[in-house]
Amino acid sequence: MNGAGVWQILWSPVASREDLVVKALQFERNLPRFAAASAAAKLKAGAGARVGPLRLRDVDPPDLPGDDWQYIKPRLAGICGSDLSTIDGHASRYFEPIVSFPFVPGHEVVADTAGSDGDDRVVLEPVLGCVSRGIDPVCPACARGDLGGCERIAFGELHAGLQSGFCCDTGGGWSTVMVAHESQLHSVPDGMSDHAAVMVEPTACGIHGALRAGVSSGDTVVVVGAGTLGLLTIAAVRRFTEAARLIAVAKHPQQRALARELGADVIVDPQETPRAVRRVTGSLALGDGDIVRLTGGADHVIDCVGSEQSLAQGLRIVRPGGRITMVGMPGQVHVDLTGLWQREVELVGAYAYGTETINNGERRRTFDLAFEMVQAADLGRLMSATYPLSRYRDAIVHAANAGPRGAVRVAFDMRAERERTRQ
Amino acid sequence: MSRPGFVLEVDRSTPPILFHHGEQFRLERLPAGRTRVIYPAEPLEPLINPVAAIRHALLNPLGDSAPLPALLRPGMRLTIAFDDISLPLPPMKRPDIRQRVIEQVLDMAAEAGVDDVHVIAALALHRRMTESELRHAIGDRVYDAFAPQGLLYNHDAEDPDNLSFLGTTDKGEEVEINKRAAESDLVVYVNINLVAMDGGWKSTATGLASYRSLRHHHNVETMRHSRSFMDRHHSELHSSNWRMGKVLRDSGVKVFQIETTMNNNVFGLDGPMSVLQKREWEWSARDRMSFLAMQKGLDRLSPKTRRQIFQSWKAPHAMTSVQAGEVEAVHDVTTSHVYEQHLVPVEGQTDILTMGLPYICPYNVNSVMNPILVMCLGLGYFFNLYRGKPIVREGGVVIMSHPTPWDFHPVHHPSYIDFFEQVLSETTDPLQIESKYEEQFANDEWYRHLYRTSYAYHGVHPFYMWYWGAHALQHLGQVIIVGGDTRAVRRLGFRPASTLHDALEMASDVVGRDASITHVHNPPILMADVS
Repeated sequence: MNGAGVWQILWSPVASREDLVVKALQFERNLPRFAAASAAAKLKAGAGARVGPLRLRDVDPPDLPGDDWQYIKPRLAGICGSDLSTIDGHASRYFEPIVSFPFVPGHEVVADTAGSDGDDRVVLEPVLGCVSRGIDPVCPACARGDLGGCERIAFGELHAGLQSGFCCDTGGGWSTVMVAHESQLHSVPDGMSDHAAVMVEPTACGIHGALRAGVSSGDTVVVVGAGTLGLLTIAAVRRFTEAARLIAVAKHPQQRALARELGADVIVDPQETPRAVRRVTGSLALGDGDIVRLTGGADHVIDCVGSEQSLAQGLRIVRPGGRITMVGMPGQVHVDLTGLWQREVELVGAYAYGTETINNGERRRTFDLAFEMVQAADLGRLMSATYPLSRYRDAIVHAANAGPRGAVRVAFDMRAERERTRQ
Repeated sequence: MSRPGFVLEVDRSTPPILFHHGEQFRLERLPAGRTRVIYPAEPLEPLINPVAAIRHALLNPLGDSAPLPALLRPGMRLTIAFDDISLPLPPMKRPDIRQRVIEQVLDMAAEAGVDDVHVIAALALHRRMTESELRHAIGDRVYDAFAPQGLLYNHDAEDPDNLSFLGTTDKGEEVEINKRAAESDLVVYVNINLVAMDGGWKSTATGLASYRSLRHHHNVETMRHSRSFMDRHHSELHSSNWRMGKVLRDSGVKVFQIETTMNNNVFGLDGPMSVLQKREWEWSARDRMSFLAMQKGLDRLSPKTRRQIFQSWKAPHAMTSVQAGEVEAVHDVTTSHVYEQHLVPVEGQTDILTMGLPYICPYNVNSVMNPILVMCLGLGYFFNLYRGKPIVREGGVVIMSHPTPWDFHPVHHPSYIDFFEQVLSETTDPLQIESKYEEQFANDEWYRHLYRTSYAYHGVHPFYMWYWGAHALQHLGQVIIVGGDTRAVRRLGFRPASTLHDALEMASDVVGRDASITHVHNPPILMADVS
């Protein structure tokens, strides 16, 4: 432990080293609990928090991995779909080599820097690329500024971990203390609320997804899913592209209302999607009244769900030569790709963020665009509820059932945690 | 001698009243002292020898028309058009009236040496009839003689090569009908006049027309000025069709109209369903037992099974009149026969009109009664079954009983699904719907394809269903559906209620606590002659 750093974050005299306690939600490698979480979540979304490997613990603060690192004290940390997928035991084994246990989840973070308490806030850009890993020269992707494509996420001075919140060395946002590399920190402008600031990271994901789709002027775009990521992607498509028609697929009334406010032209229930896309595009359809699939369809489908059903749906409604962009995190899915082949559909992923080329050809950091968009579109309103760490089971269940419960983003609120200012 | 329809004043001794509820039934005790029930007439006596009656009509035409044999000659082009699957309701037991009539027409044509004959189902924008439906309507003999040669077919209102534009009416309405019919030396139209709306020039000007022509009278303006469309002389729908009929006549289309009427014998005078057309206080112990057994049995079945049972029911309607000749002369007589069966004198309007909607309407034969059709049956057909004034006063309430499932037949009603999902989620205002969406649906290439090649109603058809209720929507203060799917009812813009009692409570917010109530005991069909 770097005692000076710990001293800094607690910014008050320490009685003894034993008093340096961090409260954190920690996720362990525990296969029986992982299996239990997976089984429980089949009965109720979010139930993995009760029986799975996630535990609220008092832990030692993480060591500072290097000179360019510092302690930060999370104020709010969002609960993301990928976190829920991990907690409910749905995450793909793909991640095993690129995470390290035990880790503290939480990568959507607004925090205080050391010694501050609300007057020097930062948003964490959690991807652990070459720079934060002390790798020099950096990989080609990092050299381009495409941080999400870093080729060294399991190498360098840190243990494996594609992002803070999935790496055993850094801690995560669901705690009272974590560490961050200076390259990961973005100052929060004065006047921006914590609720708005914690939306910056997912907004960056939405922006990257919208731009990765490569929407051209006049295109028809379908955004599947209207959870946080879906809504942010809708807003980003409207702000950064010249899509002529934007169809949002939303299940719940609150999602539908927000999708409309954020720029969707047509909002449909999931089961109504093929018919709606057909109507909007004037496509023909195969099937005798029931639509098997469209013969034409949308130019773009941006899938913010990432399920087997959503991908299959995307293939039914995208036009020949169109593009499906996977923004939501998929797992193992079984989908008939014959249509992808026969209709020459492009299927691309959109992970995280980095640097974007926007309409005027300018290259901008995604986070910079996200800060602007969060403020312009008042995206802090998407924060529906916050919970203290001690109520993490309720928080996870709420987040996993946000849509049916009329919520969008649920987050942990550490501002009043006793450990944060403990002496 | 059948008993006429009448109005029952409900008192404390009145037994619970039957309400149809889709493929189920409800018995409802109606409030005494402020409720009346309008009962239909019992089935009129049928023609004793319908075959002879048909022959007599063909040989003794009405109006300015020669007998049919005199109109037939070798080398002529003869087209026989007939009403489609939407008539009668429910479908009748074999032999269907159309079969009886067409067989005689064909016999006369054969005797006259006519060998260029086409037989066309005049379905306008309805779905095409299947082979089994055609066989049921016109008989195996006619089907086997004409269908294999392609001489028996469904009218195609979207086939540009087989439509003829004949001109416009003095109101600028375009008249475009089936080309074969337009170019024939004689069109024999074979009609079933189930209700007063049917028949007359509406048979050819609507049944054989295209969307280009139909849109002139199937619209909100026309329907709002048809009060009601069951009363030709106060129906703008009919005025428009009659104007189009003049264009047909002036352009040389010669129509020999054969109209038939049928009695109210929907459920039979005996048998398991007969209790449904008896008056409740006359139910015997056996009737009560069979009703309860039927009601409980149906309640235990799945909706799909119930639907199959009811859709397989063939009614024992019988022909009560047949007349032939010149269109207008024929139709006047036909209408008087329809009124004889249906009209029930009713004194004054009511605050609340209740109705139990049955399982069938003209557009879900062998199909699903989707929510749009529920609206059309209740606010289009039942509401408009009046002469004089609507049964319910302006600003009054209609309470309909129907399960109103969020369920559609995708083959028959593809554009209905889109109408329900897209259009009604945005507005239920007929004028807005018409101006904003009709053209899109009417010209949708997929709907057109399904209408022409599958068994789909035309893309614009759900709009017409909505327009059918436009007069009622404008007239009423509130519409409540009892026992319906809550989401579906709300999507229609109506209020859902669990029970009739709840619905009456809700209605009292609009019309007061002591509001008068009238229940139409339909089916069998009745038409209120409101003074």
